[in-house]
Amino acid sequence: MVGYTEAMTDPSYAGQILCFTYPLIGNYGVPNYIRDENNILLNFESHKIQVRGVIANSVSKKPSHFESAKELSTWMNEEQISGIEGLDTRELTMHLRTRGVMMGAITDSVKRGKEALEQAADYSSLYFCSSVSTKEKISYGKNVKGRIALIDCGVKQNIIRSLVSRGFLVTIYPFDISYQEIQESKPSGIVLSNGPGDPKLCSPAINLAREAIDNCMPVLGICLGTQIVAISQGAETFKLKYGHRGQNKPCIDLKTGRCMVTSQNHGFSVDSDSLKATKLVPWFMNADDHTIEGLLHETKPCLSVQFHPEGSPGPLDPSYVFDIFSEKILEVRS
Amino acid sequence: MPLDRAIKKVIVLGSGSIKIGEAGEFDYSGSQALKALREEGIQTVLVNPNVATIQTDPRLADKVYFLPVTVEYVEQVIAAEHPDSILLSFGGQTALNCGVELQKKGILSKYNIRVLGTAIRGIELTEDRDLFKKTMLASGILVPTSEAVYSVEAARVVAKKIGYPVIIRVAFTLGGRGGGVAFNEYELDNIVEKGLANSIVHQVLIEEYVGSWKQIEYEVMRDNSDNAITVCNMENTLVMRVHTGDNTVVAPSQTITNQEYHFLRQVSIKAARACGIIGECNIQFALDAKSERYYAIEINARLSRSSALASKATGYPIAYIAAKIILGYDLPELKNSATGITSACFEPALDYIVVKMPRFDFRKFERVRRELGSQMKSVGEVMAIGRCFEEALQKAIRMLDIGRDGLLDYKPLGSIELVENALVHPTDAIFFHVAEALSLGMSVEDVNRLTWIDPWFISKIKNIVDTDQILKLRGKDSLDKIDRELMLNTKKLGFSDSWIAKRLGIPEKETRELRKSLVEGPFVKIVDSLAAEWPARTNYLYASYDGRSNNVTFGLNSKNAEKKVIVLGAGCYRVGSSVEFDWCTMNMVWALQKSSREVIVINCNPETVSTDYDMSDRLYFEELTLERVLDIYQSENPEGIVCCVGGQTANNLIPKLALYGVRLLGTSAGDLDRAEDRAKFSRLLDELGISQAKWIEVKDKESALEFANDNYPVIARPSYVLSGAAMRVIWTERNLEQFLENAAEVSPDYPMVISKFIQRAKEAEVDAVSDGQNVLIGAIIEHIEKAGVHSGDATMQIPASGLSDETQAKIRDYTERIARSLRIKGPFNVQYIVRGSEVLVIECNLRASRSMPFVSKMKGINLMEASADAILGKSIGQYLERHPPLFKVGVKVPQFSFMQLEGADPLLGVEMQSTGEVACFGENFFDAYCKALGSSGFKIPLSGNVFVTVGGTELKKRTLNSVRKLAEMGYKISATEHTGEFLSKHGLSDVTILYKITEKERKPNISDALAERKLDLIINIPSSMALEKFADMEEDEYRIRRKAVELGIPVLTNVENLDVFVKGLSWLKTREITISPLTAQRQDK
Repeated sequence: MVGYTEAMTDPSYAGQILCFTYPLIGNYGVPNYIRDENNILLNFESHKIQVRGVIANSVSKKPSHFESAKELSTWMNEEQISGIEGLDTRELTMHLRTRGVMMGAITDSVKRGKEALEQAADYSSLYFCSSVSTKEKISYGKNVKGRIALIDCGVKQNIIRSLVSRGFLVTIYPFDISYQEIQESKPSGIVLSNGPGDPKLCSPAINLAREAIDNCMPVLGICLGTQIVAISQGAETFKLKYGHRGQNKPCIDLKTGRCMVTSQNHGFSVDSDSLKATKLVPWFMNADDHTIEGLLHETKPCLSVQFHPEGSPGPLDPSYVFDIFSEKILEVRS
Repeated sequence: MPLDRAIKKVIVLGSGSIKIGEAGEFDYSGSQALKALREEGIQTVLVNPNVATIQTDPRLADKVYFLPVTVEYVEQVIAAEHPDSILLSFGGQTALNCGVELQKKGILSKYNIRVLGTAIRGIELTEDRDLFKKTMLASGILVPTSEAVYSVEAARVVAKKIGYPVIIRVAFTLGGRGGGVAFNEYELDNIVEKGLANSIVHQVLIEEYVGSWKQIEYEVMRDNSDNAITVCNMENTLVMRVHTGDNTVVAPSQTITNQEYHFLRQVSIKAARACGIIGECNIQFALDAKSERYYAIEINARLSRSSALASKATGYPIAYIAAKIILGYDLPELKNSATGITSACFEPALDYIVVKMPRFDFRKFERVRRELGSQMKSVGEVMAIGRCFEEALQKAIRMLDIGRDGLLDYKPLGSIELVENALVHPTDAIFFHVAEALSLGMSVEDVNRLTWIDPWFISKIKNIVDTDQILKLRGKDSLDKIDRELMLNTKKLGFSDSWIAKRLGIPEKETRELRKSLVEGPFVKIVDSLAAEWPARTNYLYASYDGRSNNVTFGLNSKNAEKKVIVLGAGCYRVGSSVEFDWCTMNMVWALQKSSREVIVINCNPETVSTDYDMSDRLYFEELTLERVLDIYQSENPEGIVCCVGGQTANNLIPKLALYGVRLLGTSAGDLDRAEDRAKFSRLLDELGISQAKWIEVKDKESALEFANDNYPVIARPSYVLSGAAMRVIWTERNLEQFLENAAEVSPDYPMVISKFIQRAKEAEVDAVSDGQNVLIGAIIEHIEKAGVHSGDATMQIPASGLSDETQAKIRDYTERIARSLRIKGPFNVQYIVRGSEVLVIECNLRASRSMPFVSKMKGINLMEASADAILGKSIGQYLERHPPLFKVGVKVPQFSFMQLEGADPLLGVEMQSTGEVACFGENFFDAYCKALGSSGFKIPLSGNVFVTVGGTELKKRTLNSVRKLAEMGYKISATEHTGEFLSKHGLSDVTILYKITEKERKPNISDALAERKLDLIINIPSSMALEKFADMEEDEYRIRRKAVELGIPVLTNVENLDVFVKGLSWLKTREITISPLTAQRQDK
C-alpha cells in the first residue's frame, strides 16, 4: 500500500515484474525526483524505474498528496515501463506462492506472450549488476567520522543516506572495482550493497570482500552484500522457494534476543550448514522460517544483514546495524 | 521471556454496561484475555455487572462477580478472593480508572497485588494531559500547543493565548466525553464547566485546534523485552474534526506516503516505549495534509475500540496476544494463529480495504444535536471488507441497517446552499451529502475544501455517483443495454441488486437473475493477515466481485460434523440491539456445535465475539442483507439458516428468505408472520380467548381516528420493529393525524395496529423456549416502571415477587397456549400488562430477547441450548425439570448515555433510549437493586440536597410519600415554586424554593444551585402528558434535566423509580450489601 515509488526504483528489482499484493496502488501519486541536501534522492531508491513491469489490481487515477506531481501510470509512461491492472493479484500471489517465482510477460495476446517467454533468457542466468551499478565513482556527504567505499551492485539511495547521516563521506564505486583500486580513497570501511540476481555471478565483489576481510577492513554487507560476504568466506547460498519480499518480516537479533520487523527483498539465502566450514556465525535469524538473516565474523570486523536496515520502503527498526558498523570503524581506527 | 509462574490468580476488571464510547469491544477483548489466561492454567476472577456479555459466562472465567467496577466493590472482591495480580487493560476506561484509584487509595499495596501489563504510572502518563505532553516532548515527539487548567477562569486565559478555535479535552474519560471545540469564550465556558464535572481529577486541557488535519492511528504491541510492532494503522476519512468513534475509518491508511507511514510508525513505537506500555496501546496522530507537520494527540494505554477494529481488520488477535505478553511471553515466542507457523512478531499485510462506519440513533433522542465533533455520539459500528473503497463503503452503509441501500439511497437536500452548509457541519449523513454535492456538479476540490475529506476518498465517491448515472441512463432505455462490463463494474463498486433493480425498474429477484447471467461471483476471499504470501488456515472470509475464483471450497470441513448450519448475527449495535444478541449468537453456535453441526456465522460488527474467526467453524464478515445471505447460502448449501438469535435484523430477513425457498430452521416463516403482523396476532389472541387491550388494524385514517376518539391515549405500533422504533403513545387527535402522515415513511411494507394505551398498569414479560409442544418458561420478569416505559429501559426483577400466584399462573398458561398455537420452535418472549387480576398480552416476539442472557445466568438454564435443540427438531423435555435458581433475586437496570448526546432529553418513554444494561444479584430485592443502580453509574447520594419538581397535582400527590421519607432521612429538600408550596402544605417544613431557570433574575435560582453543584439528587417528574413527546416540552423542566445529566447529577423522572429508590436508600442505610460470585460449579449444581 505504501512504498511503490521506492520499490519500483529499487535496483534489486531490476529485470523483474513486480506484483503488488495491495489492491490499491498509486493513491498518493508520484513526486518529482527531488534530492536532499546531500544530493541523495528523496522518495526514490534510484534515478529511474528499475522493474521491468508492474502488476496491480487497481491504479489510482486521482492521486492525492501535496507532494504528488503525477499519476503512477503517467510516470511509467514517461519511463516506458509496462504495467497491467485489473488482475486478481491475490490469485496471482497464491499461484506464485505455490509455484515459486517464475518468468512472466505482460501482453495483450497470449500467443505473443508465450513467444516472448520462449525467446527470453532465464532471469537467473542474467547478470544484472552491470546494468544497475554506477559507471563512475561518486561521493556523497562530509568526512566527519571517516570515509566509506560503497560497492554498488544496485545500491538504494537510503543506504547512502543512512551512512552519510552518520557522518561518513561515502564514495560509490562500480560493482567490478578491485580492492586495490578503492585504496586511493583511503576508506575506513567498505559497504557491499544490495542488488539483483544470483550472488554467485558477482565474482569481482566476492574477491574484493575476501581481500577486505583478510586485511581487517571493516565490512558491512547488505542483502546481496551478505551473500557475497558469505561466499567470499567459503559458505554457500541457495535459492529460496518463495523468497522474502515485503515490509513486515520478523528477524531475531541472536546477540540480544530482540525481534524486529524488517524490510526484505531477497530470493537467495545463506545456507546455515555451510557456515560450519567458515568463521562466520549467524547474527540474525528469520523468525518465520529460521533462515539466516545476518552474519558476524568471529575474528574480523565484518558484519552483514540479509534484510534492509535502511527500510524504504519499510520500517527502520533495525537501522542500528549502521550504528554498530560505524562503531566498528571507529574501533578499528583507534 | 516465558510465562511468569508467579501469576496464579488474577482479578480482571470488565467495562460494565454498554455506553457510548465503551461498548461491545470490551466483551471481545475481555473474553480473549480470559481465554489466554485459562490456557495457562491461571485462575480468573472477573468483576463485571454486564450480564449480557459472553465474558460473564462461567465458561470463560472461574468466578464472575456481577458488581459495580468501583473501588468499594472491587476491594471487597479482592478481600474475599486474595488474587495475586490484577488486569486493568481489558475493561476500557472504566477498568483503567478504577485501577488508578485502587492504587491511589493504597488498596493494591495493602493486598500485595501486582498490576499486570502497563504500570499505573504508565497509565497516568497517557491519561493525565499534562504528564502526557511532558512525556512526549521529552522523547522529541511533537504535541499541539496546550495547557491543562482546573477552572473556567484559567481556561479563558489559556484559550486567549492559544487563539480560538480551541479544543477542550477532558482527562481520564472516554469517547471525548465532556470535551468539545470552542470558537468563542461563551462556548468555552459551557464546555469547560461540563468537562471539569466529568473529569475525575477536575482537569481539562485547552488545546490548539487542528480539525482539518488528517487523523491517523496506530496500534502498537510491545513486550517485556521491548520488542514492538504496529499491527495496523488506520485513517479517519472525516479527519481530525470528528471523533474517531464517530468517524468513518479505513484500514490501512490510504493517502499517506511510505515516508509518512514509517515516520509515524516509528514515533508510535517511541511513544509506547516512553510510556512503558506492556501489551497494547493505540496512538492517534494529527498530520497536516499540506506539509510534513504532525502532532501526537493521545495514547490509549489499553485495549480499545480501535484495537478491536484493528484486530478484525487484520486477522491479528490483538487482545489475545496482548494478554500473553502481559503474562510474561515475548512476541517472538508467540505464533501468528492465522498460519500456525509464522511468528506473532510481524506486521500484518492486508490485500483489501476495510471501512468502519458508525451507527447513530439520533431518531430515538428528542432534541439531540446531530452535528459530529470531538465528542462521540454513535452507539455502534460496522466494518466492511472490500477490494476497493467504493465496494467497502457501500457495503458498510447497508450494514448499518438504517434503511439505506447504499451510498446513493438518500433524501436529497435539494439545493447547493443546503448541501454546502451540510458539508461544513457534518452529521451522521455526511457521506450522503458528499454524494449529493457531487451529483449536483460540485467539484472534488470544492467538496474537499468544505469537508476536509481527502480528495482521494471524494474521487472514489464520485466514481460511484458517475457509475450510477450510466446505470440510470442505460437502464431507462432497455435491459439489453446492461452488458457484462457495466454490470461487473457496478457490482465491483458495491451496488446492491436491489439498488440496480430500482434503476432498471424491475424486481430484485429478476435483477439477481440478470446479474447472475452476466457476471460470476461474488467470490469468497480469505482474511489471512499476510496477503496470501503464506498458506493460511483461517476461516475468516469476505465476498467481493473482484477476482475470478473462490479461496475456499464449500464442503464440510471438520471431521466431527454431520451437517452445517448458518447462524445470522445481529449486525451493528444500536439502541435496542446490543451485546445480548452476541451472547445469544455465540451460545447458539456452541450449542449447535455440540449437536455435530458445523456452524457458519454471518455478521458485520467488529465489536463482537462472534466476529472472531476462531469462535465458529467459518466466519463471513459480511452484510446481513437478503442478497448476501442468499449468495452465501447458495454457495454453502447448508442444512438451514438460524435467524432467531440476531435480533430484529436477522428476524426481518425471514419472510424475504422464505420467498426464495431458503431452508429456515426454527419457527416457520408463516407462523412468524402470525406473530409479527400486529393485526394477525391480535386476531389470534381473540381466537384463543386471551385478553389484550382494545385494538384496531389501521386501514385508513378515518377508522383509526374514530377508534382512537373513544380510547385516548392510544398506542400505535407498526409491525416488525424492535426497541419501539416508530412506536408512539398518542394523546390527541391532532397528534394521531400527524403520526399517521409520518408513519408511511417508517415502514410501508408492514401493517399497523392502534390499541388503547393502558396507563398505570404493571408490566411483565416472559422469556421462554418451545419445541412446538413443550414450553420451557425461563422466567417471568417483573418491571418496576409502569406500562409506557419501553421494556428495554425498564428496571426488572426476577422473581416477579410483585405478582400474585394467580397472575403468574395465568401468564404461564397464556405463554404456553400462544407457543403451541404458533408452533414455536425456538426462543420467544411475550410481554404482558397486569392490571389487578387481569392479564393482557402486549406482544410476542419469536426470537431471542434482550433479557435471555440475564434469565439464563440467573436461573442456570441456558435458554440458547434449549433453543438449539428445538430448532433442530429435538424435544426440549430434558430442560423442563425444575431446579432452584442460582441466585435469590436478580435486578436488571438500564444504562443511559444521555451525557454524550448533546441536547437529548433523559425522559423515558415508549421509544427505547438506553444503550446498555447491567444486572446484579442478591439475597433480596434491595441488595441486588442497589448494586445494579451503582453499576449503571448512578451516584447514590447517602446524604445531601434533593431538588424536587413534579408536574400536576396527581403526580405531586403520588411523590409526596417518597419525598417525605427523604426529608426524614435527613436530606435537605428544595423545590420549584409550585412543588414547594404543595410540599409545605402537606407538612414538609424547611423546603427551600428555587426559581426557574427561565426567570434568571429571581434568586435563589435553580441554575445557580446546579452550577455550584449544590444538588445531589434531582427528582424531575413532568406531567404524564409531557411523556407524549410530540407535545411541547416544558422548557424549564427539560433544561433542568439536561443540565443535571451534563453535570453528572442523578435524576429520577418516574414515580415508580423514585419510590423504589427511596426504599432502597433506607435499606442501604441499615443493611449490608452481599457479594457472591457466579461459578461453573454453581451452574453445575
